[in-house]
Amino acid sequence: MAEPLLQVEDLRVHFETEDGVVKAVDGVSYTVDAGKALGIVGESGSGKSVSSMTVMGLTRASNAHITGRILFDGKDLLAASDDEMRAVRGGQIAMIFQDPLSSLHPFYRVGDQLVEARRVHHDESKAQARDRAIEMLSLVGIPDPRRRVDSYPHEFSGGMRQRVMTAMALINDPKLLIADEPTTALDVTVQAQILELIQKLQHELDTAVVMITHDLGVVAEVAEEIAVMYAGRIVEKGHADTIFAEPEHPYTWGLLNSIPRLDTPRDQELVPIPGRPPSLITRPPGCSFAPRCPYVREAHRRVDPVLASAEGADHTVACLLPSQTRRALWSRLRAGASPEEAKEAVNIPETLSESAPKEGEEVTSA
Amino acid sequence: MSASQDTLLQVRDLYKHFPIRAGLLQRQVGAVKAVDGVDFDVYRGETLGLVGESGCGKSTTARLVTRLLDPTGGSITWEGRDIATLSRKELKPLRREMQMIFQDPYSSLNPRKTVGTIIGEPFIIHGVETDERKRKRMVQELMEQVGLNPEHYNRLPHQFSGGQRQRIGVARAIALKPKLIVADEPVSALDVSIQAQILNLLRDLQKELGLTIIFIAHDLSVVRHTCDRVAVMYLGRIVEQATSDELYAHPRHPYTGALLSAVPVPDPRLSRDKHRQVLGGDVPSPTNPPSACRFHTRCPKFVEGTCDVNDPPLELKDGGNLAACHFPLTDDEIARRVPTAAA
Repeated sequence: MAEPLLQVEDLRVHFETEDGVVKAVDGVSYTVDAGKALGIVGESGSGKSVSSMTVMGLTRASNAHITGRILFDGKDLLAASDDEMRAVRGGQIAMIFQDPLSSLHPFYRVGDQLVEARRVHHDESKAQARDRAIEMLSLVGIPDPRRRVDSYPHEFSGGMRQRVMTAMALINDPKLLIADEPTTALDVTVQAQILELIQKLQHELDTAVVMITHDLGVVAEVAEEIAVMYAGRIVEKGHADTIFAEPEHPYTWGLLNSIPRLDTPRDQELVPIPGRPPSLITRPPGCSFAPRCPYVREAHRRVDPVLASAEGADHTVACLLPSQTRRALWSRLRAGASPEEAKEAVNIPETLSESAPKEGEEVTSA
Repeated sequence: MSASQDTLLQVRDLYKHFPIRAGLLQRQVGAVKAVDGVDFDVYRGETLGLVGESGCGKSTTARLVTRLLDPTGGSITWEGRDIATLSRKELKPLRREMQMIFQDPYSSLNPRKTVGTIIGEPFIIHGVETDERKRKRMVQELMEQVGLNPEHYNRLPHQFSGGQRQRIGVARAIALKPKLIVADEPVSALDVSIQAQILNLLRDLQKELGLTIIFIAHDLSVVRHTCDRVAVMYLGRIVEQATSDELYAHPRHPYTGALLSAVPVPDPRLSRDKHRQVLGGDVPSPTNPPSACRFHTRCPKFVEGTCDVNDPPLELKDGGNLAACHFPLTDDEIARRVPTAAA
């Protein structure tokens, strides 16, 4: 197989603040192949946005301490100068954000903004760039693009603005598109339009996509591979089918069982995950999910789990429960048992999973 | 839905037009027809869902029913009495009986007041308990009831997480033991793992206190789970109304069908086989809605000469749904377009 397009290795992004060091991203590794889609799922504060903004070079601040490697097309982006980053950003890597209204300048016509985005990266005349802008607007499904190119952002609806943002992101034929909650502010019918558009572009232009979202439904539609993040780390990663059918991390189980969905019986109980995500300043010792995990054992509060392979191809999980126990628990949960019932039925041993680091051992890399 | 059910609230032919004024003399040049002829009943003890896209009038309807807005026309009958035209003073005793929970737990709580003061305020406003020590005990009982630590009585809103703040909002809403709670997108600002906590809390409180709930949301999966009956709104009108079981098993209005078809399903295998029906375009402007059936400009079953000429009434269709459509979806079409609706 060819080199992956994007390779993130042991990325750590720590911010110095008045209250202490916020470990927003704390040892994250993933790869994205050309033309493929990776979904990063997590709740607010899980580090999903910070990790991808770092790929774009958007977290370079005086109080940020960034370590690890980000290889894009063979080039280390963390070692790149600000000027080099400017060439990559918006050129080879583009991003669309949640809120299309605040990402567009209200005073300029969308055409002018698209032309500018094009000309920053290409030595073209304004007329050429304008033709390209019109072409992009029509590609993303803006009706009457020749006229609409001269409209202002406020003259577009929310869904249309997100299309304009997508047109701007794609105007330089990026190899990688990072979409950070691109449909969260939109209605379902418009969300369906935008997701369909992103998929179409992925397949037609062979653009790789990193889709960041809290919505499990959205990643199921778009992503071939999924990484679940919790408290600054990836806790489970695998093919979309595996993550939804054979998940092995208790947090992933919690997410799947806490959302109401249209394809299960209406009266199915929702099982909330108790408590809330930990502070990223004072992370709990041992497994970060231990304070909320129904299956926690004493040793889990002392040993830090690492991502290790699980059942299924390319499936990894960072959990201290022995794999046999994990599979037994999930088969109960999947059959409709509550976490208490599953715990009752499955004997959860004190021993740690085979892949867990030995107690007292310092963990350096995931 | 027999007539024997106990109706708490009856809404008939409700209108709300917001005037658009322009020019030096601020003459009215048009109107935003936010709610444009809506009928529905709310039965005691049930949860009625109002769904639709932004701008369909669901929040305006809620604010009319609770009389936070004055209706332009129509009647709102609360326990047999028309409250559509009551004055502020006449409304005050009613305010105890209907309370709201809002979407944003960050902006709906005064950041400079302690949680104790926020939850205790309804007691002062309605003169229920003037003795401070007794009031504190009542507030702490409420905090306990919604799953907050009563020792946090003196904390400020910013010291709580989003989910806890929404619990504060719930405690404030149930303080006066209302009959009706209108929850306007109560979980859409919360993280997925927290959503379920609040949904379960609302359900438990409903059982415990015999509450009636009007639940407004755009998330159709949440509405299906939470509501006994659902009304789907489009451009200021109700286009379909049915029990949750009926509506999700066999949506009759093409708009409901399109909404359900658009919901992403957290199952990659199912979503791959799915023939999603994507609606084109945007919701038209409510200042100048399309003629006759308002959905005809985007409807996959549009028939010229009928849909744009005759306004379809909300009437009984196959399977017990009320729908306003000349050409309701057949079972075959539902099976093809809405895979999750398999009855």
